[in-house]
Amino acid sequence: MNWIILFTPLFAAVLIALLVHPHPRLSAALSISACLISFLSSAMLVFDLGALPLGSFTWINLSGQNLIIEMGAMNDPLAQLMLLVVTGVGLCIHFFAYADMKGDPGLSRFFAKLSLLMFSMLGIVLANNFIMLFICWGLLSASCYFLIGFWFQHANAVEASKQALVVHRVGDVGFLLGVLGVWWVFRSVDFTVLETMLAGAQVAPARQNLINWMVFALFMGCLAKSAMIPLHVWLTGATEAPTPASALVCAATVLVAGVYMLCRIFFILELAPDVMEIIARVAMVSALLAALMASQQNDIKKILACSALSQVGSMVAAVGIGSVTAAMFHLTMHAFFNALLFLSAGSVIRALHQERNIWNMGGLRAKMPVTSWAFFIGTAALIGVPFVFSGFWSQQAVLVAAWTDHPGVFWIGLMTSGLTAYYMTRLLLVAFLGKERSDVVAGAGESSLLMQLPLMLLALFSVIGGWKWIGVVHFIDPDFVPNHEAGVVVMGLSFVVLVIGTGGALALYRDVEQDPVSIPLFARSFYVEELYAATIVRGQNAWAKTLEWFDQWVIGAVLVRGLSSLGTVGGELLRLIQGGNLQAYVFLLVLGVLFVCYWVLFRAHGGV
Amino acid sequence: MEPALLLIILFAPLIAALALAMSLPCRPLAVGSGLVQLTLTMVLMFQLPVSPSAVIDGGYSFVTSFPVSTLPSFFTIHFTVGLDGINAPLLLLTSLVGLAAVGVVPQGMRRVREFHVMLLLIIFGATGAFISLDLFLLYIFYGVGLIPAFLMIGIWGSRDHKLAATQMLLYLTLGGLVLLAGLLAFYFSIPLELRSLDLREIQQVLALSAISNQSTIFILLLVGFGTLVSLVPFHSWAPPGYASAPAPVAMLYAGVLNKLGIYGLIRLGSSYLPDGIEQWSVLLQVVLLTHLLYIGWVTIAQRQLDLMIGYASVMQIGYLWLGFLSLSTIGGAGMMLLMIGHGLSTALLFAVTSEIRDRVGTMKFADLGGLARKAPRLSMFFIVGALASIGLPGLANFAGEILIFFGAWGNYPVTTGLCLLGLMISAVFMLRAVQHVCYGEVSEAVEKTGDLAAGSARWPYVLMMSGLVVFGFFPGLIIEMAKPVWSLMIAGATG
Repeated sequence: MNWIILFTPLFAAVLIALLVHPHPRLSAALSISACLISFLSSAMLVFDLGALPLGSFTWINLSGQNLIIEMGAMNDPLAQLMLLVVTGVGLCIHFFAYADMKGDPGLSRFFAKLSLLMFSMLGIVLANNFIMLFICWGLLSASCYFLIGFWFQHANAVEASKQALVVHRVGDVGFLLGVLGVWWVFRSVDFTVLETMLAGAQVAPARQNLINWMVFALFMGCLAKSAMIPLHVWLTGATEAPTPASALVCAATVLVAGVYMLCRIFFILELAPDVMEIIARVAMVSALLAALMASQQNDIKKILACSALSQVGSMVAAVGIGSVTAAMFHLTMHAFFNALLFLSAGSVIRALHQERNIWNMGGLRAKMPVTSWAFFIGTAALIGVPFVFSGFWSQQAVLVAAWTDHPGVFWIGLMTSGLTAYYMTRLLLVAFLGKERSDVVAGAGESSLLMQLPLMLLALFSVIGGWKWIGVVHFIDPDFVPNHEAGVVVMGLSFVVLVIGTGGALALYRDVEQDPVSIPLFARSFYVEELYAATIVRGQNAWAKTLEWFDQWVIGAVLVRGLSSLGTVGGELLRLIQGGNLQAYVFLLVLGVLFVCYWVLFRAHGGV
Repeated sequence: MEPALLLIILFAPLIAALALAMSLPCRPLAVGSGLVQLTLTMVLMFQLPVSPSAVIDGGYSFVTSFPVSTLPSFFTIHFTVGLDGINAPLLLLTSLVGLAAVGVVPQGMRRVREFHVMLLLIIFGATGAFISLDLFLLYIFYGVGLIPAFLMIGIWGSRDHKLAATQMLLYLTLGGLVLLAGLLAFYFSIPLELRSLDLREIQQVLALSAISNQSTIFILLLVGFGTLVSLVPFHSWAPPGYASAPAPVAMLYAGVLNKLGIYGLIRLGSSYLPDGIEQWSVLLQVVLLTHLLYIGWVTIAQRQLDLMIGYASVMQIGYLWLGFLSLSTIGGAGMMLLMIGHGLSTALLFAVTSEIRDRVGTMKFADLGGLARKAPRLSMFFIVGALASIGLPGLANFAGEILIFFGAWGNYPVTTGLCLLGLMISAVFMLRAVQHVCYGEVSEAVEKTGDLAAGSARWPYVLMMSGLVVFGFFPGLIIEMAKPVWSLMIAGATG
């Protein structure tokens, strides 16, 4: 059954690419049904409805060398939950995508790429060993590259896609080093084998250093995929993708793949508590910086992308402080409300003819009531409006986990939630409420029912997803005991920052014509991209030019000229070839063979 | 029965070439011979014994052997061909790329008959060189493959092709002489009464006593074979040579014939010269890292597509050297896979590049752009080739590279770690190329470009692409063949 989950999207992608691409509607139907099949079979697997036993396939068998790579599928609560999230949210996005992209000349191509993305992500979810994880990890980078560069006639999109893949490559290299380290230390790459081996294991002090580096190298993979600072540069570019693809990338696939990977290899992370501390800090600081960036963006998709990064930062931080449950709980809730926000934004962007600047929106509530309500619900879930909305519960879980032992992480996390409330209120005030800010809004109307349905579904889950009877937390960890004492304090503090954040934004942004706050440092993502362009990119190009000069004029020319001047051989040959006489060539050929024969025989004879 | 099949595989291109010379139709015959080669190679691969015994024929199967000359009585040259788990994958590569190369020959070119004859001769030479079990025969076949290649670059090449051909000839002749010296040194260091050029006999002789003077022999072989695979600093001939060659020649040369250098080093070096490799291991590591990083950066600075592809293919050979250095079964199995992956992806890229040159008429990145709009199929093949060559998982190069890293990691962790930097560099130049060629605004030069015609124009590309996918998904096909031979070889070399 697992293989159906995994390979149906790949099958759809290949079929579209090879055969069906001249028929856009059929391609879309194929891709959507593939996603539906994956979703249904995931559900059958999770709820134990006659799922078939799992098979496995030996990819590489070098048994004498301790390298056996057996491709199989994990079937633990972690994988099952993630399967439902990816295929469920993915399905909503697929439906929305059809409505949104209808009429685009590249519709077939888009759905082929979307299915490829689904395949790669499901592969990561199901992976039972490091190599399978790494393979799908790389395919995920590639499909992300294709989707960001989907509108390849736009130079921005192409540049952003290239940048994304190069950044992912940096992470891949780190991750690969980590994998090599794991294999070198433990002589296995299989998760189940490793987990059994490492259960309750103590690290010898002499090896601690090695293990620390190994875990850090593995974290590099997450650093790039989850766009943590300083590898966040690809994320704002990722908004160049069509909106449904951005939604899938940010809510349910690429961005959260890093979180899932860390949860999957948590038993290895535990061997290096110091590195986990670093992970938690890097992640929480990324979350804060991302929130600061979001507070100054004007592009609605960029705001949402930064917000996703900020939320993912807190998930990674949750893993870093040792709470896989909180991380996965927040991941699940975030998948619902982030997808909801992105898709509502997509609905708005379509209605406004690709206008993405929030300062050209305004007054959308009256024009697009359903979309606006969906966006409000998503926002409420994201900023954690207490007791009702899903995001509230999962954010509480993260903060409570940090409360006792990690005060630094906790306070930064709290500041981040305050900022989240601030920038989302800003977005609502500027884009959805108030008066119409441009002419495009006047002509806007509500989107079609096909676009509204996925929004409604996601909105429903954004509300109820965190409720206790849905049982996401207990699905991951049946023995989870909430910390009620800390819970009350944390809840109180969160409520205070929520009020401060919302109030601050209300005070600043109600009835304004233009942005009263201007902090270029945040708006330009801390100039990291400019920094890379000025140092690494430029430095490498200059270095490459220097070496090319050396190669051409020193190694190439001097050596070659030197060799040619050894005799007239070169000149003679050149003359022959320039003569264009075929007999000469054949003569030369025979001569060459004879020469070689003569050489071997003569030398052999003389040498004895 | 099987030995006869191997002979048919070898002589099919020669027979086709002779038939062509008698003015029979070119393309059907050439394609036919390619198909025969490919089919029979696959048949033989599935018949290879799972666990070959070193006692019978030195571990080789399907052996045919008869003396050719007994001129000086002690120096008998044999015609001996056979297969084992190391040359069988390379034979497969030869027949795959050979078939594709025949498939992409432009039909409207001048002197198309001579072109086909020479092309088939290259394939004949490459096939013979890989399956020869006699060192002398190997050398001769190498020459048979090489000489038509120079001529074809000289006659049908583009760019500054005459200079490129001369330069290539000079480098390879001099490299060939060093190689010959190395081979002779190897031969003469075998005890007098046991001297042989037959790999099977060498195997048995050297199982008893290690070869002396390994250090000198190895460095001679390294320079000789190294020139052939364009190892730094003997690489200058390769990028311009490949870039100016007609597509089929570039495909066969960069994809297949240069693998002969690695193959020769595996056959002689990994098995019989472990001490030599050991002694030169520091030099090898330095050269290998210089090769990967230096050529990688030089590739980044290229401003023309064909030269860039040439440099890129040279750079990626570096990982094969890492596998060679690792002296391990894992690294060895990885090398076999990467040779196939590199051969197919390089051939695919050269085929597409040359097609772009013919259609657009320029190779400058600045003048290209937007090809994906005008020629979506051609662009797709280019992107697949580019992604394969930078190690996209799921394609053959990835499986090979990752095994090489696993194999080399144990003994050379720092070098392996630094080699991984090459993965980033290659991503930079390949993605830049894709960006400049396929994406962006449609440039003036590309405006009138059409796509590949359906059907007969596409199959060579599909063939190479399928090879990349099949061996990427099922690397076991190659590994299972190579594993027993490598295990024996490593055990023999280290024990």
